Amino acid sequence: MSATTTRDERYLMDRDRVLGPLFLLPAVVYILALVGLPLVLAVLYAFSDVTVADPRISGRDDFVGFDNFRAIWSDNVFRKALRNTVVFTLISQVIVLLLANILAMVLSADFHGKRLVRFLVLLPWTTPVALGVLGWFWMLDSVYSPIDWMMREVGLLGPDTPFGPARNMYWLGTTHLAQGAVILVHVWRTLPLATVILLAGLTAIPQDIRDAADIDGAGFWRQLFYIRLPLLLPIMAVALLFAIIFAFTDLTIALVLTRGGPVNDTQVLASWAYFKGIQGGNLAQGAAIALFLLPVLVAIAIAMLRLARRAGEETA
Amino acid sequence: MATTTASATETHTEQAGRNRGQRVLGRVVLYVVATGFALFAALPFAWMVLTTFKADSDLYRPANNPFVYNDPPTWHNINLLWNDTSYPTFILNTLLVAVVVVLITIAVVVPAAYALTRLTGRWGESLGILIFLVYLVPPTLLFIPLTGVVADLGLQNSKWAMVLVYPTFTIPFCTWLLMGFFRGVPWEIEEQAMIDGYSRIQAIWKTVLPVSLPGILTVVIFSFTLSLHEFVYALAFVQSSDQKTVSVGVFTELIRGDVFFWQSLMAAAALVAFPVALLYNYFLDRFIAGFTLGAVKG
Amino acid sequence: MKHPTFRTDRDTMARVETRNLVKQFTASGAPAVNGISLQTTDGEFLVLLGPSGCGKTTLLRMIGGLEKPTSGDILIGDRVVNDLPPRARQIAMVFQSYALYPHMNVRNNISFPLKAAKLDKAAIEQKVQWASSILGIDQLLDRKPRQLSGGQRQRVALARALVREPNVFLLDEPLSNLDAQRRASARDELQVFQHEIGTTTIYVTHDQVEAMGLGDRIAVINDGTIRQLGTPHEIYEDPADTFVATFLGSPPMNLVERDGDLVGFRPEAVELVPPEHGDASSWLHLTLAEAREEYLGSEKLIYGEIDGVRVVARVHAGTPMPAHEGGKIPITVNRAALRIFDKDSGLRRQPASDSVSASPAEEASA
Repeated sequence: MSATTTRDERYLMDRDRVLGPLFLLPAVVYILALVGLPLVLAVLYAFSDVTVADPRISGRDDFVGFDNFRAIWSDNVFRKALRNTVVFTLISQVIVLLLANILAMVLSADFHGKRLVRFLVLLPWTTPVALGVLGWFWMLDSVYSPIDWMMREVGLLGPDTPFGPARNMYWLGTTHLAQGAVILVHVWRTLPLATVILLAGLTAIPQDIRDAADIDGAGFWRQLFYIRLPLLLPIMAVALLFAIIFAFTDLTIALVLTRGGPVNDTQVLASWAYFKGIQGGNLAQGAAIALFLLPVLVAIAIAMLRLARRAGEETA
Repeated sequence: MATTTASATETHTEQAGRNRGQRVLGRVVLYVVATGFALFAALPFAWMVLTTFKADSDLYRPANNPFVYNDPPTWHNINLLWNDTSYPTFILNTLLVAVVVVLITIAVVVPAAYALTRLTGRWGESLGILIFLVYLVPPTLLFIPLTGVVADLGLQNSKWAMVLVYPTFTIPFCTWLLMGFFRGVPWEIEEQAMIDGYSRIQAIWKTVLPVSLPGILTVVIFSFTLSLHEFVYALAFVQSSDQKTVSVGVFTELIRGDVFFWQSLMAAAALVAFPVALLYNYFLDRFIAGFTLGAVKG
Repeated sequence: MKHPTFRTDRDTMARVETRNLVKQFTASGAPAVNGISLQTTDGEFLVLLGPSGCGKTTLLRMIGGLEKPTSGDILIGDRVVNDLPPRARQIAMVFQSYALYPHMNVRNNISFPLKAAKLDKAAIEQKVQWASSILGIDQLLDRKPRQLSGGQRQRVALARALVREPNVFLLDEPLSNLDAQRRASARDELQVFQHEIGTTTIYVTHDQVEAMGLGDRIAVINDGTIRQLGTPHEIYEDPADTFVATFLGSPPMNLVERDGDLVGFRPEAVELVPPEHGDASSWLHLTLAEAREEYLGSEKLIYGEIDGVRVVARVHAGTPMPAHEGGKIPITVNRAALRIFDKDSGLRRQPASDSVSASPAEEASA
């Protein structure tokens, strides 16, 4: 009996310890090279003087300390953009949360044409953002907006009317209307995702819990506040976190709908970073602006981790 | 005795009537609210379709009722889109980018998701969540440094820049999505294949992959549509028309200065929106399972 | 099992041996397998019996190559196989769930191992026919696993194990997913089948009836160690310790304290009617308090207490209950049927001469 171990090259690929890292390698390399590295670069850029014309950090003298941050902070537009980003996100997501709860409840009921309604309600999320926003852009056109036409027909717009004497509202040309429009389109865009996540949570509430509540004589409102909403809370948090991220970091809506206008009144961090960094060619300042997104992202990532961990503990 | 019975039945019918009234009211509210939401969501799309077939003479007259065809509908705008713009090129670019991104995603995600579910034990799950969190890092934070990286690689103003970068958001989400599917494959059929004389890789190829085909298909659809959706990178990386995808292309070709080819723009959007919506709708439940972080067990 | 035309031209008849095998899943926790040494003989049917979580399945999976041992050696046919992957061990395994490939029909399931061995088409077809006719599933070859009953699935799994002509069969509770009726007949078929093909078989179960009925020998395992290894008769009649004594038998062996030792006797060893010449040297007299009876048809069980310990007697249903006062009845046990255990260690005090017992202590020092 030979007690020699039969370690054999042929069986190397059968070992977990060999195969596991090998399988993970491509994903990890991809993420490190094209997410990790750019993230580090974003920070480096923000402290350097790189431009589109001279995009290299070649030495010590390319670093300018907090100059970029001082420069962007002293710019009125940046502060507008920062405020708009926060305000747009907060307002739109409060509305989304409210509407998503209602819509999820509607879609969890049975009614004729439910599949069609679900399909239509999902459209804003399934369409490429830029193209969906383009539809709104046309609906809110300064001259041919159908909303303006309706207002004119019922006597709200035009000479001698409450919103007159102009014949158009100039939805995207007036500060508050434009800001309202951006929020509206945010709601329109994020509502479907939040709804379907909540819907998944609703359908996961066991039928016997609902039956028990019925038998206990709990009415609609009591069931809503004491059963559905508390049970939905974790999933609502997930929906909200996703929605916040998408709204907070969005560039497309601001860019396509208003291009930040009028006079930068709908500028957000992402769009301002784009205008400064790519269009203006000042990569360093653009990166510094975008860096202001990071704290919120980190906070949301931590919140997500906690939620996932709690979900894992509950199912374990 | 008789009176009590009578009054009892009376209150009974009264209550039944009230219940029925409430139920009818409930149904009415339900339909009204559902219709309201459907209208809100679909209005821009209805508007796109309506606009697509309008003649210039109809569209650009503010006094015309914009909800009807005052002049007969026309195919002219779609013809213009197909024949006189780079729209077909945009479509081809979009498809090419999406298909290659799907291939890269599958090649990277399948082994990674397998390793995280099967080979790495308990910390695999945690690493999976970490990889998922990468999905939350938005393009708006990365597009500026990535512009530099892309330039260093000599890919500026090329659709291959998008091919290279798009997997950064498809890989994290799809790894997570596929982990869910792999978790559902019974361990034993794979071990059985190894007992039956196959190596680990053969066992995966012959048992795990065929059984999780629905999951892989979901990954294909999801990474395909995510590539279709992308706007920020496409905008930052590519300037020439022949390299552009639909999302950014239509803006340069159909908006010339301040002249908007509205009908063709709307046609361009609608032609992409509806097929993608149908795809999504079919695979919806599987995407949601990914988004809910396992907090909901289907 | 209609055509018992079994091949016997196997090149190696394999013995399986484990030497001081240890498996520790987590660095801090208790080991799942804690130093198990055992050896099968050629063609033996060895049953690993124990409660769930005792380490028996982990032991089987290590022999199959699905888990890596923390320490110790595994030998199949005198060759150390610790570092060989499952496919290089020439074994076949049937899982509790049968692990049929859901995307393949029965024919492809059975031929799957043969394709791995790169047999030519004709040879594969011949072997599939051979195995499926032995197990009586030739009519099912084109079905998918989900179209099969539990019993049919189990036969397909066995056929797939059989075509490999393995050196060793590893079976992990293969009957536990069958209903009670089907299980009894499957047990019988399995035994006939194993005896005819004569392949060394290691069989894991927590069901003592299966273990007693199937095993040439039984290894009783608890807490990752072998408590006793012996024939079913030895295990039942001469348990090595109180764990084995109380794990086997239904109801299990009674244990009462007498003179500082634990005295064990099987329920069927109890006599209600005192024997005529029942002197104290060959009979033990006890008094059962709070006696109740449970009628089971062919027999009845008498429950009671001795010194606060629950005791059960099993007697023929026709046996009359003796007259009793206040629920107390006298019982008698032949001293030859008594097994004495140490009160502290639980080990057998006076091992019977014909018993091959392997207490943990002896096993470790061997």
